[in-house]
Amino acid sequence: MKKKMNGYLIAGLIITCILAGLAILGNFYTPYDPTAMSGAAKFQGPSPAHIFGTDNFGRDIFSRVLKGSSTTVFIASCTVLIGAVAGTAVGAVTGYFGGVVDDILMRMNDALTAFPSILLALVVISILGPGSEINVILALGIVFIPSFARLTRTAFASIRDRNYIESARLMGASSARILLIHMLPNIWSVLLPAITIGFNNAVLAEASMSFLGIGVTPPDASLGYMLSEAQGMFARAPWYAVSTGLMIIMLVFGVGLIGEGLQRLGKDAEY
Amino acid sequence: MKSMLRRVLMLLATMIIVSFLTYAAFELISGDAAEAMLGTQSTPARVEALRKELGLDAPFLVRYARWLLGFFSGDLGISYSYKQPVAELIAPKLEVTLWMCLISFIIISVVSLPLGVLSYQSVVGKFGWIHTTLNQLLMAVPPFFTGILISWGCGVILKFFTPGDFPDMHADMAGAVRYLFFAAICIAIPRIAMMVRMMRSTVINEMEKDYVQTAISRGNDRRGVLVGHVLKNSLVPAITMLGQTMAEIVAGGIVVEQVFGIPGLGRLLVASIANRDYPTVQAVVVILAFWVVFAGMAADLVNQCVDPRLRLGGES
Amino acid sequence: MRKQVLAGLLVLGMAVTALSGCGKKAQTTETTAAASTEATAAASAAETQAASSASETEAASSAKTGRAATNEITVGIAQDLDESLDPHLAVAAGTREVMFNVFEGLVKPDPEGNLIPAVASDVEVSEDGLEYTFTLREGVKFHDGSPVEADDVIWSIKRNADDSEGEAMIPALTSISDITSEDNKIHITLSQANNEFLSYMTLAVLPSDYDGQDTAPIGTGPFKFVSRKAQDSIVLERFEDYWGEPAKLDRVTYKIIENSEGLIMGLQSGALDIVSHLGNTQTSQLSDADFHIEQGTMNLVQALYLNNAVAPFDDVRVRQALCYAVDKQGVIDLAFDGLGVPLGSSMYPAFGKYFDASLTDYYTYDPAKAKELLTEAGYPNGFDMTITVPKNYQPHLDTAQVVVEQLKAIGVNATIQPIEWTSWVSDVYMGRQFESTVVGVDASEMTASAMLKRFESTDSNNFINYNNADYDALYAKAQSTFDDAEQTEVFKAMERNLTENAANVYIQDMADLIAVRNGLEGVQFYPLYVLDVSGLYWAD
Repeated sequence: MKKKMNGYLIAGLIITCILAGLAILGNFYTPYDPTAMSGAAKFQGPSPAHIFGTDNFGRDIFSRVLKGSSTTVFIASCTVLIGAVAGTAVGAVTGYFGGVVDDILMRMNDALTAFPSILLALVVISILGPGSEINVILALGIVFIPSFARLTRTAFASIRDRNYIESARLMGASSARILLIHMLPNIWSVLLPAITIGFNNAVLAEASMSFLGIGVTPPDASLGYMLSEAQGMFARAPWYAVSTGLMIIMLVFGVGLIGEGLQRLGKDAEY
Repeated sequence: MKSMLRRVLMLLATMIIVSFLTYAAFELISGDAAEAMLGTQSTPARVEALRKELGLDAPFLVRYARWLLGFFSGDLGISYSYKQPVAELIAPKLEVTLWMCLISFIIISVVSLPLGVLSYQSVVGKFGWIHTTLNQLLMAVPPFFTGILISWGCGVILKFFTPGDFPDMHADMAGAVRYLFFAAICIAIPRIAMMVRMMRSTVINEMEKDYVQTAISRGNDRRGVLVGHVLKNSLVPAITMLGQTMAEIVAGGIVVEQVFGIPGLGRLLVASIANRDYPTVQAVVVILAFWVVFAGMAADLVNQCVDPRLRLGGES
Repeated sequence: MRKQVLAGLLVLGMAVTALSGCGKKAQTTETTAAASTEATAAASAAETQAASSASETEAASSAKTGRAATNEITVGIAQDLDESLDPHLAVAAGTREVMFNVFEGLVKPDPEGNLIPAVASDVEVSEDGLEYTFTLREGVKFHDGSPVEADDVIWSIKRNADDSEGEAMIPALTSISDITSEDNKIHITLSQANNEFLSYMTLAVLPSDYDGQDTAPIGTGPFKFVSRKAQDSIVLERFEDYWGEPAKLDRVTYKIIENSEGLIMGLQSGALDIVSHLGNTQTSQLSDADFHIEQGTMNLVQALYLNNAVAPFDDVRVRQALCYAVDKQGVIDLAFDGLGVPLGSSMYPAFGKYFDASLTDYYTYDPAKAKELLTEAGYPNGFDMTITVPKNYQPHLDTAQVVVEQLKAIGVNATIQPIEWTSWVSDVYMGRQFESTVVGVDASEMTASAMLKRFESTDSNNFINYNNADYDALYAKAQSTFDDAEQTEVFKAMERNLTENAANVYIQDMADLIAVRNGLEGVQFYPLYVLDVSGLYWAD
């Protein structure tokens, strides 16, 4: 069993490292300038020179996919960071202290989870104003807070009364110290898989928003925006949509496998 | 009965919070409604007159209460863009979107429940990793990508339906349902993968429980135990999860409607946000949120029928 | 949602808005029904008969296209009519394009851009140009069956001329000092003569006592409005009591499909019969066996509009440098497959005598020269700039992307800021908070003023803050000149002034491709942004 679990983790890590590497690389180097146009190279199919083909401006799609991935990965990472940090903070406070604060926050949490994530992001984006990368990150980050809060609250609450916490408290450790030093390390097994799921949701949500035209827009094309561009020329350049779509799938797939592996490791550790 | 009452109260509370947050959010950004409605025709005198007429001079909470009352009596205000009642605007689209969600929900239920249970058998087997990997792969497929492929494959090439020509629901129900079916599939694929995965781990967890192990050690047939006890107990979390799936279906629907050109609430919502038509945005957001809350509630009710123990308010 | 096809249109639309007055003057217009023009009416009568008998035969032998048999068409449009349908209030070009078939004014434009009588059967103008006498045509009815009376006409004109609450919807109409009626004659007296006055009389004649125009409009055009479903469809039906040549089709359904891909799929799948404002990328996906492509122009001026009041664009050398650095033909080749007419000033060829073709090549592509001018202006290393683009107009986004690339050559680092159309109207057009923007500006009437008035320094539509004393003087002169030839020269001098001072980086009048299902005939191009469906018919 053990070997198999690591199998997911390893496969996931390999895929993710390759793609993340490419995405990071996309920031510094791409085979062609992702915005360079060429009238002579319009709508070329995949070839050794342009492995993913070219688009309506003769731009190299592979280079654009690299650049687009780096935008997408950047946004998704920031989003998860916001969601996880803020969510864990809320979860820690409510889970640890309980009481009225807990009730109120959790009730609001329930109300927020009644909004499908994209719907909530749409609401936030219409308040912040669409089109900018920062606003997309904020909108999605806020959207992910409730799920992290709920998850970590349960985890914090479940270890709140354990003996070692109790003894730390008796020894006069401050609440902050207890939460950070004693409790946080014990919920990693819950938090890590949640982060991978959150990352994937963020990638998909960002892609959806950009696809709808309210996320990131040119010149910082993200994968979702590129896909919406590609839809308009599917008959002439199907490789554009396919390569962009596959890139999204592989990104999410790789991280999904890591999550699967982590979850199994975590479960293993429990028993 | 008491717990039922409590659920209903909680549901109401949730709805009020949802509607309040939505209302407040849009009040915050929408600026002066009277000015927005008059658009290029606005002059200070006209704005003032319209503000009075619309009751915009009342305090915030009063306006919210009025809006909420209006909402439940079917008065959702007037669309800034179309200058017609929002209710009138939304009604035909609500129908389309609800059908799409429902079809998707049925696909997910019908496919994932049996598949989830069946997959238990194979998971413990040698090729479990294939299932897990496939599952992860399907979960990674964005509905709008499938949508692009399906509308070309099944629409333009195979001509199963006519992309861009959504039939009138009342004139051609069968055609409309067929059209929605393809959109529903796109939404369903990643959800099915997720459901199957969750079903499987529930069944595995259940199988590891003492009573099952005891039953098996007493020489009961493994499959018999699975069907007799485990499935019944796994049904409750499965139904809860199905209820929660509604939120994801609604979310997927917003995007898929764009891809397929379905005249539903999602497209209206996106366009209204772009047009700053806040009365419409408010109404659509609250309706979708209510729909999601209702789905969760319905799942709870079904669960109480399936497992009477829950009525005592034991497990949550 | 976005996609190019639509965008094309939209562009225009916005332009229109602008022109027509977004500024609160929204004038929108007029439009009238476009039915077939009288000139073509007689000729097409015969065709109609042929067509209808043809379609009967076809129906009998189980027609290939069911629609030909039912004598209906479905038009794909990319822009929803998401505003008031009252023609005096609607501002979007997309709305006007459809409603052109529903409304008419006393006069209306024909495909050549001339004004021909419509609700009025005749107009007399006094020698001094101050008195207009319109004779109301016999038997003109509104779509609700009530006859058009002089009161309706007067009410419609007064509504647009009313400036008691700020600016009038059509400011030019405030020069009306008196308007009276006598039997079927309407007399209008102007306080100041205006060569272009008649073109404003294309404004829609509406019933004076009807308050449902916002959602259920009533006009006098060859088609009557049946229904609107938001984001779904608009349905028009032939108006049987139309005063002129009746429309040939029984029913026209406009299907709203907001992305070009959907429009193309709709054509291919048989859901749509005709779609205009397409680009070559789209039309090249259609097969010749099913469709023919009609090519015209969009009739607008697409340019990189520069805010002349903002540094560095307040320096004429910088503006000129940009003109030298942008390769119009390159934009047209890259983004529009070579289809489009390069322009050099704020006038497009459909304006005929007002259009000065010699200005097109005033600035030839010359990055070295551009660099020199920039150095002179104190920007040897270029500068950063923002190009604001309404993001629902893909052609403008495409153009902007090419322009950004071209400007890199002279060290100018431009970034694109895509914004919502409504934000564009409020922030850029009305608020003038922008550095540069790529849009198309068109004319709501066929008057040179419709294109040129906006650059007069105090004009409320002067969103680029163009401020040139010579230009203002020329405009004043044009207003007080009544000799047509002389006035035309003044207008041309204004165009030259815009070019020489590089008011904007002019690019092109975009190509307008209309994909038409084979068998459907009668497409006519207007010098305005409209699609006249009254002349369409199914041929054999």
